[in-house]
Amino acid sequence: MSEQYKSSTELERAPVIEPGHTFGTVTEKISAIVLTRPASNGWFIGFGICFMLTMMLLFAIGYLFLKGIGIWGVTIPIGWGFAIVNFVWWIGIGHAGTLISAILLLLRQSWRNSINRFAEAMTLFAVASAGIFPAIHVGRPWLAYWLFPYPSTMGVWPQFRSPLMWDVFAVSTYATISALFWFMGLIPDFATLRDRSDKPALRIIYGMLSFGWRGSARHWHRYETAYLLLAGLATPLVLSVHTVVSFDFAVGIVPGWHTTIFPPYFVAGAIYSGFAMVLMLAIPIRKIYGLEDFITERHLQNSAKVMLATGLIVAYGYFIEGFMGWYSGDRYDAFTLWNRLHGPYAVPYWMLLICNIFIPQVLWIRRLRTSPIALFFISGVILVGMWLERFIIVVVSLHRDFLTSSWGMYYPTRWDWMTYIGTIGMFLAAMFLFLRILPAISIFEMRTLLPEAEVKE
Amino acid sequence: MSQIFHRSTNTLSRATIFGAVFVLAALTWVAMEIQRSPYVTYAGVRKTQPVPFSHQHHVTGLGIDCRYCHTSVETSSFAGIPPTKTCMNCHSQIWTNANLLEPVRASYRSGESLQWTRVNQLPDFVYFNHSIHINKGVGCNTCHGPVDLMPLMYQQESLQMEWCLGCHRAPQNHLRPRDQVFNMRYQPPSGSTPVVVDGQSYTDQVNLGTALIQKYKVRSVKDITTCSTCHR
Repeated sequence: MSEQYKSSTELERAPVIEPGHTFGTVTEKISAIVLTRPASNGWFIGFGICFMLTMMLLFAIGYLFLKGIGIWGVTIPIGWGFAIVNFVWWIGIGHAGTLISAILLLLRQSWRNSINRFAEAMTLFAVASAGIFPAIHVGRPWLAYWLFPYPSTMGVWPQFRSPLMWDVFAVSTYATISALFWFMGLIPDFATLRDRSDKPALRIIYGMLSFGWRGSARHWHRYETAYLLLAGLATPLVLSVHTVVSFDFAVGIVPGWHTTIFPPYFVAGAIYSGFAMVLMLAIPIRKIYGLEDFITERHLQNSAKVMLATGLIVAYGYFIEGFMGWYSGDRYDAFTLWNRLHGPYAVPYWMLLICNIFIPQVLWIRRLRTSPIALFFISGVILVGMWLERFIIVVVSLHRDFLTSSWGMYYPTRWDWMTYIGTIGMFLAAMFLFLRILPAISIFEMRTLLPEAEVKE
Repeated sequence: MSQIFHRSTNTLSRATIFGAVFVLAALTWVAMEIQRSPYVTYAGVRKTQPVPFSHQHHVTGLGIDCRYCHTSVETSSFAGIPPTKTCMNCHSQIWTNANLLEPVRASYRSGESLQWTRVNQLPDFVYFNHSIHINKGVGCNTCHGPVDLMPLMYQQESLQMEWCLGCHRAPQNHLRPRDQVFNMRYQPPSGSTPVVVDGQSYTDQVNLGTALIQKYKVRSVKDITTCSTCHR
């Protein structure tokens, strides 16, 4: 690790950790956020707002359970509205966390060490937000457990040939592995917090969470093995989860859905939006908690480069969709393309192209790649763009049915918006709590980046 | 720094992790069992009726055929609950002063129907037709159990979907000749008591059932297990 640290400085890139830190200062700086620093007014205001939005989400869901799906804007022919749009959006956002924690670990990209912890937390909260939608969008949500195969008194199993079924497995596996991976990574840090905390209650809580971690050589040996194994398990999930989500569409015969480009293009889009969310969270966090030494320019640049690359894959996906609309000679596919560009939803489609393809091209400029403010706004634009992409895929493909007599329009209601904004509030409220309760940056992995950690032979 | 936890915590934590697996498995098993128990299904539960009508007495004791009261069972989805007049065919002659039968006489005088408590009740989202089952050779007691031995009516089976599918997926295990449908003491074929259909003697239920599926043109398992067969 330290070799990379050296080689990176030799290349005159920004370092992954600013010079001058020792084991002690790293530990102190990160654990202080949790243990000693009092919660600021800003934290209380931010958390308060997000908490109220979470309550609004509960209210919207409660009213939905009372009245039924009719309070939403979905209708025939648009049977999939905000619920699916938001589900895909949130699941996509989660992907960056897994990519950072698993794939970059296996590829020995040591810069991941300072952002993997909160990226994984973000993954978990995003998956939780995503998971709400499929559960509540079924007509009778109290029967949502029918999605799982269990020996029911009905004597039938769920339809295993349906991509919606695969989705249940993909997402629940993803949630389980992400939670395990996150918790595994936290164990040595829980032990650090246990040892540094002076309140007996905190020491008991962190002590229980750390599973008796003492940091012996044998502990570390087994830990590293288990962590690598989990990373190996999580790696295929980065590709498989959004592939399966894309099958929800691609297996259907609706023009605009029925295309083989969907799996790679969905995965790229997921990582694209995920890194945008990582940056949107990392930039304010490093500023407010003074973590610029740990989340350096290097991290911002690398994330920007990932966004640029995945953004170009997404752009290629749009291009191929357009090209196939013309090249296939299929009148329905051709109409889908024409309808996107000129139909009643042309404005969101053009906005999508601007947000996802044109504006992010400024990331070719080094000065913008390293400017936190510029990156924050570009990431916001990308998140909007990726949400619009899912809106276009779900709504625009459905609203022009094969029969003109079944054409319709989709108008989201206030309950749609309340549910959507409510999940954003819930996600951020969970992030606020996470920052105060757990170390937002992996302490032990940061320590491995220090020159002190270099093994002398 | 003193130890936070006593050393017994090690054992305790291992036991909790190990135990959690068994506790969860046991809870799942209990939930499954409760879902299939009479507590949920009411199978075997005698319900109170306005008049304690005994099928045992009327069928086994007096030899009355099912269809004497349940008149529409061969031609309609609903087997039919007899009107008070059917009771009074006999009870205007016998037991005319029995206290037990006063609700029947009152109903006859006023024209108000007796309010029986429904015993075999399927959910409203299930389309069920008695006549098709009767005409394809499903015996009364295949589903209703030994009604001829029931002093008070109860539901024999769970009436859960897995129970319906048990027959719909393998009808050959349950069919009998049509003339035996109302025979409450019918015995399925065995080596010592063969069942004869069209001059052919069967000693095995599966052979008999398979032949009857042909003879009565019972539709394929695929057809009769389609969702819309029962959920229309």
